[in-house]
Amino acid sequence: MPNHTVADILRGLEAKTFSSEEITQQYLDAIVAHDPRYNSYITVTAAAALEQARAADLARQNGSGGLLCGVPIAHKDIFCTDGVRTSCASKMLNNFIAPYNATIVTKLAQAGTITLGKTNMDEFAMGSSNETSFYGAVRNPWNTDCVPGGSSGGSAAAIAAGLAPAATGTDTGGSIRQPAALCGLTGLKPTYGRVSRYGMIAFASSLDQAGPMAKTAEDNALLLQAMAGFDPLDSTSMQLPVPDFVGGLNKDLKGLKIGVPKEYFSEGLDPAIGAAVEAALDEYRKLGAEIKAISLPHTHLAVPCYYIIAPAEASANLSRFDGVRYGYRCENPKDLDDLYTRTRAEGFGAEVKRRILIGTYALSSGFYDAYYRKAQQIRRLIKQDFNEAFKEVDIIAGPTTPNPAFALGEKVSDPLTMYLEDIYTIAVNLAGLPAISLPVGLTQGKPIGLQLIGRDFDEASLLAAAHQYQQRSDWHRQVAPGSV
Amino acid sequence: MEWEVVIGLEVHVQLNTKTKIFSGSSTTFGAAPNTQASAVDLALPGTLPVLNEQALKKAILFGLAIDADICMASVFDRKNYFYPDLPKGYQTTQMDFPIVGPGIVTISLSDGSSRDIRVHHAHLEEDAGKSLHEDYHGMTGIDLNRAGTPLIEIVSEPDLRSAEEAVAYLRKIHSIVTYLDISDGDLSQGSLRCDANVSVRPKGQAEYGTRAEIKNINSFRFVERAIKVEVQRQIELIEDGGKVKQETRLYDSDKNETRAMRSKEEANDYRYFPCPDLLPVVIEQSLVDQLKTTMPELPDAKRQRFEQAYGLSSYDAALLTTERAIANYFEAAADAAGDAKLAANWVNGELSAALNRDNLGIANSPVSASQLGGLIQRIVDNSISGKIAKQVFEALWNGEGDSADAIIDSKGLKQVSDTGALGAMVDEVLAANPDQVEQFRGADEGKRKKMLGFFVGQIMKASKGQANPGVINKILNEKLGG
Repeated sequence: MPNHTVADILRGLEAKTFSSEEITQQYLDAIVAHDPRYNSYITVTAAAALEQARAADLARQNGSGGLLCGVPIAHKDIFCTDGVRTSCASKMLNNFIAPYNATIVTKLAQAGTITLGKTNMDEFAMGSSNETSFYGAVRNPWNTDCVPGGSSGGSAAAIAAGLAPAATGTDTGGSIRQPAALCGLTGLKPTYGRVSRYGMIAFASSLDQAGPMAKTAEDNALLLQAMAGFDPLDSTSMQLPVPDFVGGLNKDLKGLKIGVPKEYFSEGLDPAIGAAVEAALDEYRKLGAEIKAISLPHTHLAVPCYYIIAPAEASANLSRFDGVRYGYRCENPKDLDDLYTRTRAEGFGAEVKRRILIGTYALSSGFYDAYYRKAQQIRRLIKQDFNEAFKEVDIIAGPTTPNPAFALGEKVSDPLTMYLEDIYTIAVNLAGLPAISLPVGLTQGKPIGLQLIGRDFDEASLLAAAHQYQQRSDWHRQVAPGSV
Repeated sequence: MEWEVVIGLEVHVQLNTKTKIFSGSSTTFGAAPNTQASAVDLALPGTLPVLNEQALKKAILFGLAIDADICMASVFDRKNYFYPDLPKGYQTTQMDFPIVGPGIVTISLSDGSSRDIRVHHAHLEEDAGKSLHEDYHGMTGIDLNRAGTPLIEIVSEPDLRSAEEAVAYLRKIHSIVTYLDISDGDLSQGSLRCDANVSVRPKGQAEYGTRAEIKNINSFRFVERAIKVEVQRQIELIEDGGKVKQETRLYDSDKNETRAMRSKEEANDYRYFPCPDLLPVVIEQSLVDQLKTTMPELPDAKRQRFEQAYGLSSYDAALLTTERAIANYFEAAADAAGDAKLAANWVNGELSAALNRDNLGIANSPVSASQLGGLIQRIVDNSISGKIAKQVFEALWNGEGDSADAIIDSKGLKQVSDTGALGAMVDEVLAANPDQVEQFRGADEGKRKKMLGFFVGQIMKASKGQANPGVINKILNEKLGG
């Protein structure tokens, strides 16, 4: 059972090797037995999962099942799930039972997935280590002294530990790709606007995107197929046809031009990661791709730019958590100011408060031009860098992270170092582009991720490139020592 | 010292769309609290706004009506502040790129003159909910039914120079939005709300004085009174050696005074920034062109037409065109009556007084336009006198008959023109007043004319007003003239 891919499960269900109920029960049992070590789930919805699984088995019998009929998955606890606690890993929403489903939750359910539960994450998706969760840190199944990355650290750890074959994640500055890299998984951040944000609790609205996390590119294609598409409830989702991602996986890579930005190989990069990326690029040469050196000159501005825009948007997005209508409310407020002040002081964790303060400051009268407006200008320059590069190449490749998984507690007290862990992923969100991280090696027993960045709405090329690499390598088949 | 008053108005107009500006909830007024608040209106985590196209179209119509530039790529911004009736902790509004740019509103003043008032811009935004302070045992109730109702905020330049002008401006905005049918214009339900920026300066001084903003004045009468009392306060303050503070003030209509709410220093930093959940609203010229073709005749054009086509005075025409429904009523009544001037007199006179007396709008008038037209017809064809007509009107108003004719018939009010019957009445009156007849015969031409009125009056009295005055005059002249 362990280390099934989604595709494996679909084959097993089709061949009646097992039923959805059986495989779902196996995952639920594994979660009970092993998750105490990883803390990857916040909520497990066992009864509902088994009920869904039985319904899926019936549907499969009747031939009415969808693309993913009977496949158990987990949802990051940032997606609203009707009747189930949706906490965003915050004390603020510890008591919040969502009364509706996020669009992607509905779409995946319509495709036939079973929801095992809600995965742990950094509070309000703010973090790169999954240490800011109100429900405690998540441990990396490759090395339980290390972080799984964040913010979708629970989803990553659950898959790496064999506690879910796939999961949803969200990526505002690297929150799918970085934990995928640190846990030896494949994770895709789709183009901004490809997947609906409705029902996904907002961190930074102009950067947030939902995407799949799984072991293989093929599984990512299967999940994205179900998740993608225009949503009339999200004004920023794009009215574009959804390509056949699964059907496009074997599209020939001959003549594919891959650009390698020199800025991604500068100071701060672990040499072992550099070497693994070089080795992966060699495989791409063998697949017929052409590797070209390119430059993204504004790369060094991405992190500072991001840490203005994301907190600014977050400062407004998180204003609704005021103790008035739902969520945490402080005890015995003596007046309105006291209600606001104590509710928010007691309900939010330190990192969330830090970002709200940064964002509030950046938007303040007298500082707006120096910070927010300037950051928007830099954002356009970063996008321009990519536009220029994509005139020369089809895909941009580099490391996903500068370092492999770091030790729990190592960077908690040093936010700047922590923020630099996202140095290669952040620019992609600022530019709204799609990018995938896939495992291409191990160093000291810890996984290494390769990041491929594509043109707007060209997830298909990324999935094809990742899939065909995975046909020639077995890094994605490596099993974490702590896996079930 | 002579003072000049400077006023700018910010007018919030609720648009009469069926659903809210960013959600599918109904906007109907008066529903039970929080029954018209969806997940989006409650700002549940994860919800997103989607712009209501009808609200956009209504805002564009307003822009076209005041001859303003329409912004082809307007932007929604977030205005951040905490308040319990503001569920998201920010209001979605427009700051740097409002949908409607500079325009002109022409106001008519009581002396017959008119002035152009510049509109700085008008923007789209969402209304907040309501805080309910009564009936909650010392706590505050929140009703979010109103949250997300579409508004346009119309911001004038400081061009208004008196409370009267401010009221005329507000009335004009009211008539434009109701003509366009983009708002129900119901002030009592808060469909039109007004903030006034008021300052004074010595006459002739170029720079403006320090202004105070008076919040939430929600009737035409209160706008006039609030501005007058604030102007008085500021003048007295300055003349006593004080200084006007820049602050927000609240008008208390019971005490007829304004009170300080918060000073400039206490004001919020709203931290406006473009709302990332809504893309810039890009409008095609074809939409603007199409909306232009749906524009109804506006008050100014209608007023001109009434003057020219019906020969009405500019005063009458202005009165008749303040409300689209009144103008329509008048046109229907004039059509039925065949005499527009008489119809105008009746609508502006008797009808308007009766509506005011019973506190009714034109839509609820017990006398329909065709009924009034039918009544006027009987005046025109001499079936009844103007005086009798007023009786018939009252009877119509009270529902005593379906038409003027039916009431005239049933009450026997038809004018008596029969020379035989009237001749007998004249004879009676002359016989009863021999002294006056004597005097009349001895008087000269000039005096005779005046004295004739006495006899006519007596005869009208005897006939209960039903005698045809023209016929009486003729008979009297024959019988006295001898």
